[in-house]
Amino acid sequence: METRMYETDVLIIGGGTAGTMAAIKAKQAQPQLNVLVLDKADIRRSGAISMGMDGLNNAVVPGKATPEEYTLEITESNDGIIDQRAVYRQASECYPIIQELDSWGVDFEKDAEGNYEVYRVHRKGRYVLPMPKASNLKLILAKKVKQHRCKVINRVMATRLLTEGNQVVGALGLDVNSGELVIVKAKAVVLTAGAAGRMGLTDSGYLYSTYENPTNSGEGFAMVYHAGAELTGIECYQINPTMKDYNGPACAYVAGPFGGYTANAKGERVTGCDYWSGELIMNMWKLANKGEWPLFLKLTHLDDETVSKIEAILHHNERPSRDLFHAGRGKDYRTDMVELNFSEVGLCSGHSASGVLVNHEAETSLRGLYAAGDMACVPHQYLLGALTFGKIAGVNAAAFAASTARVEPNQGQIEAERKRIEALSANADGVPHQQVEYKIRRIVTQYLMPPKTTTKMELALEKIRHFRKEDLKLLGARDPHELGRALEIHSIVDCAEMMASASLFRKESRWGFYHYYLDYPERDDANWMKRVIVKKGGDGEIELSTKELPPYVLETRTGVAGGTTA
Amino acid sequence: MSNYSAHYVQQRAEASVIIDRDKCIGCDICVQVCPMGILALDKDGKAYMKYDECWYCTPCQTDCPVDAVRVHIPYLVR
Ligand SMILES: Cc1cc2nc3c(=O)[nH]c(=O)nc-3n(C[C@H](O)[C@H](O)[C@H](O)COP(=O)(O)OP(=O)(O)OC[C@H]3O[C@@H](n4cnc5c(N)ncnc54)[C@H](O)[C@@H]3O)c2cc1C
Ligand code: SF4
Ligand code: SF4
Repeated sequence: METRMYETDVLIIGGGTAGTMAAIKAKQAQPQLNVLVLDKADIRRSGAISMGMDGLNNAVVPGKATPEEYTLEITESNDGIIDQRAVYRQASECYPIIQELDSWGVDFEKDAEGNYEVYRVHRKGRYVLPMPKASNLKLILAKKVKQHRCKVINRVMATRLLTEGNQVVGALGLDVNSGELVIVKAKAVVLTAGAAGRMGLTDSGYLYSTYENPTNSGEGFAMVYHAGAELTGIECYQINPTMKDYNGPACAYVAGPFGGYTANAKGERVTGCDYWSGELIMNMWKLANKGEWPLFLKLTHLDDETVSKIEAILHHNERPSRDLFHAGRGKDYRTDMVELNFSEVGLCSGHSASGVLVNHEAETSLRGLYAAGDMACVPHQYLLGALTFGKIAGVNAAAFAASTARVEPNQGQIEAERKRIEALSANADGVPHQQVEYKIRRIVTQYLMPPKTTTKMELALEKIRHFRKEDLKLLGARDPHELGRALEIHSIVDCAEMMASASLFRKESRWGFYHYYLDYPERDDANWMKRVIVKKGGDGEIELSTKELPPYVLETRTGVAGGTTA
Repeated sequence: MSNYSAHYVQQRAEASVIIDRDKCIGCDICVQVCPMGILALDKDGKAYMKYDECWYCTPCQTDCPVDAVRVHIPYLVR
């Protein structure tokens, strides 16, 4: 395969929510530096916010909520396993980001006096700020990246980080149009490649009807793993409540403030608080086991005008094809309750807590490597957290790059990656990626979906390792596009192995359904109020350990033990 | 040399994204913005769905300057 080479000061991998903000802020902080954004898609419409979002789920707006209140609420929601300083920093620094987005033309809901409207969806505080008309959010961010003279390379999928000892010095990737191997030398790297969204099979059976944008297939997690960085919270899976068969959120956040709710078949309200957490999914799962299933989104009690308002948000933003889906099934919110289901299982710190281990400066355990957004473990980060930590990562990466000499990449790492990619294209008549992907995701669904048991997860590990040895060898690709899809399967396999290993290691249950481990059904704060760390050991196998939580910065309330107060 | 029949069978799948070829001016915008990279221009310079890997997210339809793209929900999801 042909080779293409770039040199930059700061490299951003993934120009999504966090990545675009990281690029803008890196350039603002150090205008003399070159900033390069690499994306496997096109940053104008890539990632989770491709078509905007219904709202900011965690806006801490002065006068409406405080950073302390938010941090304590997330500490509880994540069962205490949290770097409070990082969450507190996100909560304290998010408001200027909202104001900046506003000044860039992002449309937020405001009251008659022009103040931001925030709604209560969390258990206690009010943090949901609607942005129903902002389907152009990503176009705005992409334009700002260009205005700041950052270089953008679309359609290059990063596949491996380049390292020298404990330092990251660039990345390798595949141009999914031309098939070239792309080498980027960089002084600092920001990883913002999103969630691992293609882990479990979807309920519709269509491979790409995942909750997450299916471009986010876990390379971020796989790349840091192979580079030797630490990951954490991998056993705290992501499972979300969605429409049955349609990957739109069950939308308590949108419909809730208007009076919509989650109901049983008789139309009776069943979940008290609809804030997404392992506890909510556990409650849903228990109802399913009692025969109270399926659950429904109920809006039939609302008047026509209210339903029209909800539709105006849900059908034009975030997942705008939702109306087509309902119409196709002959369902109308005015007359019909809409069936809900669990999403497929995945890894994501945006909604849950899995990711690269980062501190409050977005630093990873490797020098020169920063991470933010859905792939960096700052639990329940959501859209605004991705933007806020994107900023922190961008500024810090720029400072690092400004004071660092360039290190030439290691030729052996480049050749090993070339070999991995060329093996797939050399096998053009091999098993197509769809079939191979279906099989690994079937293993994930059938053996890793909670409730977890030792037996099931040990079987999963055996099957995943067999799959790595046998099935990945059969996988083939006929063109650069298929080559990209095939490489994504390698990431899925890496993530699956980490999911099984980390889950087996944490011998307790925590985070509601996300780590409901039947062999150890109770939460055990005495032994497990700490992080599980996953990394690649010297022998190339997964190495597991624990790490104490960073000291809490706030007094904890009852119900949350552990974590000393600094 | 071995002499075996083909190692794969062709499988058909319904295309869920449909382009009005009379309207399409071949500007390539839909091809560029699609996150999944599944659209392409054919030999006549008209857009079409090349790979069955759609997230039905709709930037292709929204950003097309001549309203030539219709995104349908993929068969299995409908
Ligand atoms: C359907 C849905 C609804 C949501 N609703 C809300 C909501 O209402 N409110 C809220 O606050 N949050 C919501 N969220 C969460 C929020 O959108 C995300 O947490 C946030 O956008 C994540 O930002 P990110 O930068 O980590 O990922 P993304 O914005 O997804 O960016 C990841 C980027 O990485 C690129 N990429 C992936 N792999 C590679 C690779 N190998 N090489 C190069 N580039 C790569 C992708 O193309 C993409 O551009 C929702 C998420 C989804 C999916
Ligand atoms: S709907 Fe989304 S994934 Fe499907 S073709 Fe259009 S842009 Fe691509
Ligand atoms: S955006 Fe519209 S006009 Fe342009 S290539 Fe696509 S279908 Fe044709």
